[in-house]
Amino acid sequence: MQNRVEEQQRQKSVRDLKKGESGVICCLKDPEMALKLLEMGCIPGTPVKLNSVAPLGDPITIIVNDYTLSLRLNEAETILLKP
Amino acid sequence: MSVTLQPEALQAERPATQRSVAKIALIGNPNSGKTSLFNQLTGLNQKVGNFPGVTVDKKTGISQITPNLKAQIIDLPGTYSLYPKSLDERVIIDLLYDPQSKHYPDLVIVTADASNLKRNLLLFTQLADLQIPSVLALNMMDVAEAEGVKIDIDALQRELGVPVFPMNARKGVGIAALKIVMSQQLEATSTVFYTLPEELKPLIASIKARFDLKNDYLALHYAHQYKSLKFLTEEESNWIAALLEADEFKSNAQQAAETIARYTRINEMLLDVVRVERVDKDEKFSNRLDQVLTHKVFGYVIFFGILFLIFQAIFAWASYPMDLIDLGITNLNGLIQENFSGPLVNLLTEGIIAGLGGVLVFVPQIAILFAFIAILEETGYMARVTFMMDKIMRKFGLNGKSVVPLISGVACAVPAVMSARTIENWKDRMITIFVTPLMSCSARIPVYTVLIALVVPEKYYLGFLNLQGLVLMALYLIGFLAAIFSALLLKVILKARERSYFIMEFPVYKMPRWKNVGLTILEKSKTFVFEAGKVIVAISVILWVLASYGPGNSFEVAEQQVLQQAQVKGWTPEETENHVASAQLESSYAGIVGHVIEPVIRPLGYDWKIGIALLTSFAAREVFVGTMSTIYSIGEEENVSTIKSKLLSEKDENGQPFFNPARSFSLMIFYLFAMQCVSTLAIVRRETKSWTWPLAQLLYMSGLAYVMAFITYHLFS
Repeated sequence: MQNRVEEQQRQKSVRDLKKGESGVICCLKDPEMALKLLEMGCIPGTPVKLNSVAPLGDPITIIVNDYTLSLRLNEAETILLKP
Repeated sequence: MSVTLQPEALQAERPATQRSVAKIALIGNPNSGKTSLFNQLTGLNQKVGNFPGVTVDKKTGISQITPNLKAQIIDLPGTYSLYPKSLDERVIIDLLYDPQSKHYPDLVIVTADASNLKRNLLLFTQLADLQIPSVLALNMMDVAEAEGVKIDIDALQRELGVPVFPMNARKGVGIAALKIVMSQQLEATSTVFYTLPEELKPLIASIKARFDLKNDYLALHYAHQYKSLKFLTEEESNWIAALLEADEFKSNAQQAAETIARYTRINEMLLDVVRVERVDKDEKFSNRLDQVLTHKVFGYVIFFGILFLIFQAIFAWASYPMDLIDLGITNLNGLIQENFSGPLVNLLTEGIIAGLGGVLVFVPQIAILFAFIAILEETGYMARVTFMMDKIMRKFGLNGKSVVPLISGVACAVPAVMSARTIENWKDRMITIFVTPLMSCSARIPVYTVLIALVVPEKYYLGFLNLQGLVLMALYLIGFLAAIFSALLLKVILKARERSYFIMEFPVYKMPRWKNVGLTILEKSKTFVFEAGKVIVAISVILWVLASYGPGNSFEVAEQQVLQQAQVKGWTPEETENHVASAQLESSYAGIVGHVIEPVIRPLGYDWKIGIALLTSFAAREVFVGTMSTIYSIGEEENVSTIKSKLLSEKDENGQPFFNPARSFSLMIFYLFAMQCVSTLAIVRRETKSWTWPLAQLLYMSGLAYVMAFITYHLFS
């Protein structure tokens, strides 16, 4: 159990990106939200870039598949990135 | 591996009756120009109706395809896929999966944003696999070109197997070509975009056999969505549920696999179709604009500036046309009363026409508010508002977009409640609609000003802080706090019907399409007048009857008594007339109700006279002043200082002034909280499509008003 928690903490998600930083989507953590994210084009293997952060720190916008997508931090957290 | 295709089989599924008017459904992603295309095709021939069970409106229109061929166009809610994520999106599956539905389309026009083809094609491939005849309208070709996206239309047409129309729905480019194709009998594409995995085939075969379906993908949707398909009987649903359980069908995993497979297929297809010579100009422009418009400081300054402008507009600008409407109604009534007389004429003028005036008077505010909202939506700014306000508003169970209804509620709750339509999430929207009427609207101002003038001295602090102004501001603040905390309460009580997502496209800034703005204004005004108007006129007439008639000959008796008194006291004819009006109101049905409810409102410090005012205020709060004038025999001139001096001279049973601070503040608080507005109730019913919400609002707000007024009365006395 301890190990799994640590492993999850080590794996970066879109939430951990800095403004302007990019990553590649590895997998989606929340199965139900995954359906929505997949439909919006957040397919594993797709590059993603943190575009902007709302003035109060949440939500954020990311660029995926050449368009801008806005989402809350707790949603961004479920998009894990390849190391 | 491949599925046998029989386009003619699907035709046979439909009722054999010859349709005189073709039915065409418009479907597409949000922001794909679907509404523009709908407006281009139908113009002013639009009708707004209801889908059963959901709050989204059903927009249909008639399009003249060729000089002798018409088609009925139905505009479906924007969606990203055929797996609905919100209640409103379910309308689509109800319509597309049920060939018996009276709106089952002969043809589906799928609109796609050419500058974002990949994501837009997902929905298209799903529809194509259902084998419903379809065409693809590639919208926003201009935006795509500006972004350096080049699309080989012929190649795309070959890949998809359906006609593809490059168009610019904003400017009407491509409509003519689309109409020509719409006039022809089209068949579904023979291309299959998603091949069922082997392990699902036995399951799908059973469903197909049980429901006599010809299409594999439709059978798969039965498996995924049997719970939301309204046309299935309970027995049929249970049958599917048992089958899925036996087969260990994992809906989420299957859906995820399907979406990934579709994207892979789309990516392969688009390799030869789309060439991108990215200029990045437009995106950079949007981004640069965002640096200012969503800036930590300027972002909020600009937003509150815009809110202030909207507020000013519905508060101040709308007053000119509203005064004109009032004047028109008064003149019309005067004209009728001069030339005709009798009880029916009174019913027509003071009952029906006055009630109609009460409906029409809201139209300027609705038109102005929706002009602003349409522009904010069209330009893409509304998405930024949500983006900036989401974090704060979410804490109270509201949504970033709730800001607009709440602020508009300060002018008038009617257009404000209508503007909550832009909130997609059901729970957020219901909470917003529920709390908006607690914001102090402009109809409360006359009540506040009269009562403040009675008990708050006109004193200045520090040379500029007017005490009466401070009290007025405090009343607004209490209304705002009541709204926010009621939202918090509802957030806990109300169960979410759907998961709340913020995941949405962040649109690039665009110029507003004025035709869409104009049609929005027209649609909203029409909806209000025709749907909420009925209820408002009906209740206004009932209230008028209650205040104008009494049981038996009570009116004549009252008049006779006053006339006798008048001779003794030597009243002038005008004074006599005022006293007659007052005595008649007391003996009317409304007066009787006032007496009946007196024991209930006595704990708040009120007597039966105020009871009558509370009852008549139900048509509109500002009627309070008029009723008080009549009941205290002040006459028709509603001059604040006359009313003030008259009310000040009223004494209670102990010979003390009746309108003491305790009673006056209690009344102010009562008017602040109470739901005394038929128009708001009617519009809430229309927007939520049920009587539950307006009734809950009536009970909650009036209950709160009673408790708060009770506390206030005892605090001050």
